[in-house]
Formats: sequence, C-alpha cells, structure tokens
Amino acid sequence: MIDPFLLSMLITILASGIRFATSYIFAAIGETFGQISGVLNLGVEGIMLVAAYAAYFVVLQTNEPGLGLLAAILVGIVMGLATAFLSVTLKAEQGISGIGVYLFGLGLSDLLFRVTVKSVQTVKGFPNIHIPALSDLPILGPIFFQHNLLVYAAFALVPLAWFVLNKTTFGLQVRAVGQNPEAADTLGISVARVRYTTLTLGGALSGIAGASLSIALLNIFQQNLTSGQGFIAVALVYFGAWQPFRVMLGCLLFSMVNALQLTMQVNRIPIPADIALMMPYILTIVALIFAARQLVIQPAALTKPFERGE
Amino acid sequence: MNIQHVQLRNITKRFPGVLANDRVNFDVRAGEIHALLGENGAGKTTLMKILYGLYQADEGEILINDAPVRIKSPSDAMRQGIGMVHQHFQLVPPFTVTENIALGLRSAREPMLDLDAVGKRLRELASRYGLHVDPHALVWQLAVGQQQRVEILKALYRDAALLILDEPTAVLTPQEVKELFVTLRRLTETGHALIFISHKLHEVMQISDRVTVLRDGRVVGTVATKHTNTKELARMMVGRDVVTSWDKPPVKTDDQILRIEKLSALDDKGLPAVKNLSLDVRAGEIVGIAGVSGNGQRELAETLVGLRRAESGVVSVAGRDLTNHDPADIIAAGVAFIPEERMTMGVIRDFTVQENLILETHAQPPLARKALFDFDKIAAHASQLVREYDVRTPTLDTPVKSLSGGNIQKLILARELSRAPRLLIAAQPTRGVDIGATEYIHKRLIEQRAQGTAILLISEDLDEVLALADRIAVMYEGEIVGVVPPNTPVDQLGLMMAGAKRVSS
Repeated sequence: MIDPFLLSMLITILASGIRFATSYIFAAIGETFGQISGVLNLGVEGIMLVAAYAAYFVVLQTNEPGLGLLAAILVGIVMGLATAFLSVTLKAEQGISGIGVYLFGLGLSDLLFRVTVKSVQTVKGFPNIHIPALSDLPILGPIFFQHNLLVYAAFALVPLAWFVLNKTTFGLQVRAVGQNPEAADTLGISVARVRYTTLTLGGALSGIAGASLSIALLNIFQQNLTSGQGFIAVALVYFGAWQPFRVMLGCLLFSMVNALQLTMQVNRIPIPADIALMMPYILTIVALIFAARQLVIQPAALTKPFERGE
Repeated sequence: MNIQHVQLRNITKRFPGVLANDRVNFDVRAGEIHALLGENGAGKTTLMKILYGLYQADEGEILINDAPVRIKSPSDAMRQGIGMVHQHFQLVPPFTVTENIALGLRSAREPMLDLDAVGKRLRELASRYGLHVDPHALVWQLAVGQQQRVEILKALYRDAALLILDEPTAVLTPQEVKELFVTLRRLTETGHALIFISHKLHEVMQISDRVTVLRDGRVVGTVATKHTNTKELARMMVGRDVVTSWDKPPVKTDDQILRIEKLSALDDKGLPAVKNLSLDVRAGEIVGIAGVSGNGQRELAETLVGLRRAESGVVSVAGRDLTNHDPADIIAAGVAFIPEERMTMGVIRDFTVQENLILETHAQPPLARKALFDFDKIAAHASQLVREYDVRTPTLDTPVKSLSGGNIQKLILARELSRAPRLLIAAQPTRGVDIGATEYIHKRLIEQRAQGTAILLISEDLDEVLALADRIAVMYEGEIVGVVPPNTPVDQLGLMMAGAKRVSS
C-alpha cells in the first residue's frame, strides 16, 4: 500500500497541475494559431495582464464571473486587433512590437489597478464544478473532475483547435499563409484577412488565459500577476512543434513542475525556495533548446511580413 | 469560362522611376500558343501580372471575347478563366498535392475540407491531360517537373481556359521539357489558349505559333513563328545582332591546373552531396559541368573554394594541395570564383561599386598602405575596371544593389578576372542575366581561356555549356556520370543528366 500522506500529496500535485495548465493552454493554443499563420505574437503576456485586470475589476463591481470573462475576451480581441494592425498592416518587426505590447500591458494593468482598486482584494471567481458520478471516483475524481469551467474549456479547446487547423478550409488557409503566403495570395486568399483573424482569435484566447488566473484560479489581481506565463506560452508553441496536442503536453509538463515545487514548499521539503521557483524557467530554456532542433517543421513564413513582391 | 480571344490593349504600367509597360498590345486565341519573348526587365512578367490581377494597369484595357473586363485580383482572373503557372512555383511544400489543389477553393462541405472529392476530380483531370502525379504525395518530395504538373493541374482544376506559363522550362531537364511540350500541345488541341513566356529562342521556335517580342517595356513586333528564325528574334530582343556561338582556337593544354581526386562533401542537411568525385581541368581549357539543379554542383563549387569542408579526397591547384584550406589561402593561390548566389555571396548589396571591387585586394598595396586605404588608388583601380568591363553604373559610389543583374555580374567578373587567376570557377555565370550581358560574359570567358586560365564552368543552362566547354562533365546525384565532348547529342546529355545513362571516360 502507498503511504496515504504521499498519495494525497500526489493527488494534490496532479490536480493542481491540471488546474495550473489552464492559462498556459489558452495562451499557447491562441499563439499557435498566430504562429501557424506566420506571425510571432510576443505580446501575449501583455494581453493576459490587461485582460486579467479587466475580468477582475468587472467581477469586483458586479460579482458576476461570466461578465468578467466577457470583459477579458473583449480586451483580448481589441489587443489582438492592435497586434494585427502593427504586424500585418504596418509590417512592424514582430519581436520588437511584441515586446512593446507586453510593456504596454504590464504598465497599463498596474496603473489601472492602482487607480481603481489600490489594495489586494479577493473576488468571487468561477466555482468548481463537480461532474456528477465521475467526481466521486477515488483518486481520479479529485484529479480530473472537480475543476472550474475554464479548466474543462481549456482541455476541450485542444481537440477543437486540432480539428479547425486540419479539417477545415479555414485551417488549410491558415497553414498555407504561414508556409507560403505568396502561393496563397495567387489563389485569391487574403493573407492579411487570415492573419487578422488568427491574431484576433489568439488575442481573445490570451484574454481568457488572463481571466483564468484572476477570476478562476487565484481570484485576485496584483502587479505582474502572470509572471512570465505569456512568454512561456510562446516558447511552448515551439516546444509543441505547432501541433495542439503536443503544445498541450508541454503546458502540462510546465504546470506539473509548478505544482510540484509549490507542494514541496507547502510541505516544507527542504530545498531552497529560490531554486524551486526557478524550475519552470529553467524548463523553458531546456524546451527552447529542444525546439531549436525542429526548425524543419516551422512555418516557413514565421515573423516575415507579407508584401506582394515584384 | 469559354475563352475565344483575349486582348490587352495599350497597356501602360509605371513603377517609381520605371516605365515597365508602354502602350503594349498583345492578344491570344483559343488553340494557339503565343510566346512572349524578351530580356529580363523587358516587362513580360509585369504584363502578365496585370492580366492575372496581381497588378493594375495605369492605362489600357483587357478584353475577353471582345468584351472589356476588369481584373482586380487573382480571384477575378480565375473567375474569367485565366490561370497562371508561375516561374517560382506557388505551392505549399509541406502540403499534399490534393491540399495544394484545394487551397482557396470552396468545399462542398464548407466549412469542412472535402479532400476526397478534390482528389477524385484531380485524378480525372490528370488522366485526361496525361499529367500523372500522386494526389497524396507531399509536394516537397516531388521532382521539379512533377511540381510543375501540380501547378498546371491547379489552374486546370479552376477551369482555366487561358494558361500563362512564366518561364516554364527554366528549371526542367531536356526530357522534362519534351514532356511539357507534349502537354502544352494537348492543351491547345482541347481549345485552351496558352501564353508562353521565355527568353530561350530555340524553345520559342519549337513550341509557339506566334511570338511577340518586348524590349524596354514596348512591343518590338509580333511575328508568326514559321516566318521567323532565332537570329531575327535575337535581334528584335536586343536591338542588334547577337553572337551565340564562339570560335574557340585550340589552346596548348598541357599543364594540369585543377585536380579533384575522390572528393566527397555533405550538403547543409548533412547528407552526401558530392560523392567520390574526380575531375581535372587543364590550363586554357573550359570544362563544363552540366546537370539539373540540386545534384551537388553548388556543394562542389563551395568545397573547391574553401567554403565547405571536404569529408575526404584531395583538391589541388597547380600541384599545390588546397584541400580544406581557408578561402584567403585559396584566393592567394590564384583561384577566382563567380558564385551562383550573386546577391548574397558575390557582392555585399549595400556596399558601393568601388568597395565591392576591392573586397579581396583591399588590404594589399597599392590599395592600402599599412592599415590605411589609399582612396585615390582605389578610385583609379575601380574606375579602370568599370570601364574595362563595361559595368554600367552612374558613379563608383552607387550601392551595387541598385544595379541590374547583368551589371552586377560584370562587376564580379571584373573583380575576379583582374587578379589574373590560374583557375576560374564560374557557377551559373549568366543565370538571370540578359542576352547582351550574357554575350559579354561569354566573350570574356573565351578570352580568359585564350590567356591560359583553367575554367570550371558550372551551369544548368545546357546551351551555355555546349557553346563554351571543351569537355562536358555531367553531374548527377553528386557524381560525374560521364565526361563527353561538346558535340555530343543533346538527347544523350539529357539522359545522362537524368541519371539514365553513364559514359565511362
């Protein structure tokens, strides 16, 4: 028999790992669409922050998590459109403009928070939904079936994203635009329209990712709430080789490490807290080293603005 | 879709500083192949991009079956029954053939793809026109000729009645050209109209019914192919008589200059590209390497000049072993190199004409004294070369990127030949260069041969190799499959280039 203490610790790690994966999955799947269409959106983190704040503030005022989520999606759409305007219409250097969007989001969310809320207060977030029957299963129940709505939605998004990318005419256009925009152009596909669509979708999903932190997982807002998750999501898209299921596995890997280090701290397992906190970031670097080896399958037009040439 | 007659009337198109098309008239009828002939920059591609909706004409009109039409985008063109086979294939390499065909089309099961239905109709079309290709194959795995079939099928699938073929033979082996011409004839028999863009005179003579020649954006004339010949067409294209065959006085060729022995090298992916290759070039001799692009020619050239590691084997020049020496050493040993990537390896785009002319010699006297340049000497040196090699540039301080391809190539030639090399490695020296500059470059190569330089000419243009080489080495999959004299029939060379025939030397 397994030690009951160890077992419950294991269940906690797995359950919170799944919960933590939510924001990564939304952000990374959104980023996947952008990158497959050929645009690297480094501003995900900034979008997440503003959306997280917006969701939090709306819930603070109305006590309605649904309205908060809507606010986050709207913020995501607006910032996604702005990103598209910068990188598609103005053809800005994507790495640089993405950092700009991030710094803008970081500053704006903090400013608004200081002006409107001032101190850290908890809000009522999405409640946990216990799926009938399944949630009562021993071990599996607490790990898989006692989460809030957004957790289930994140995992449902993955097969949906795979389906859209691989089985629909829209998905074919997205992939074509990322691999050879000139070819798509000669076939009458508007490269700009496709990229605006994927970036707006990615913005909306980043918005949900932000909300999943501020009104579902933590139910608070504070400066730099996302602490780099948006950037890690960008890295995870490379790590997952632009395939939704592999991206999801990457997200789970990260969130599990995060859950592990938290559990270790809570249970006073003697390793320095700094080292534990570093683990997800070290993993990011390792992930990128792996990703460097699979440039073969990278969207060939990634980061290249499209211009109808001579 | 039924197209009987397409007319372009008085088409004018300006780009900043350039009049690309000047009141151009052109027409094509169902059942004929009308060739559009002209130098690079003559305005052929611009005219066709206007017809295909990628550009808008500033003036002029397009008529289909005598009715004016507006073509504002490729989708408009496709709706009117116009299809284009681009010179650089517009295919998505990681997609399957079927996915490439389906791209941009509405599916019967919108928003879902219906690849089965597309594949079925694709197979019907393929067998009707003899364009056989596996619908499930990934495009990047197909040979170039097969990729071109996919391009043609893509247009036919969209019910194209008029097909524009932009330099379709540029990337094909002689055998593939033959197959393409059979397909084109079959298309005219089924009532399609074809526009064949080219600068290769004998192909135009062979396949077209009528020829229109463009020069500097204007129509020089339209002639029935059976009433003209290559000499007349060349004169129309260039505006004067053009030399295409050269007298090559025998040169004493005793000294072996370049010796390649059992050389092996890898490509960028780490796969064998040059396999156990042996070849020699003597002083005063031009050895042509013929072959289809991608058979290791680029890797061979780079290995010879020290830009790529030789895995095994020996490269020696005038008896000195230079295997895996660095480029500076090899340059110092008297090796000149005209690289195939003119803009990335041949020059520094943003540097001026005179800076590009001294890339190799700038640190040596008389151009430099210790660490300082002698700008007067540099200017004198550069202006002499510019004059001697007829590089058309406004000033010595013009960035090379604003020169034409032919002039950039003459600049590279000037730089390399001014060092009086013992060995010249010329890779695709006239690719994308107009006839006038090509003629000039060929003349220079022949002169260099007469002065006793050993020349290794690597070219995918078989006509060029046939016109210049004293011996032809055919390269296939990293190996020399035979060394033959320049009077070898083209058919036999074609078979060797396709790997179907070997000749032991």
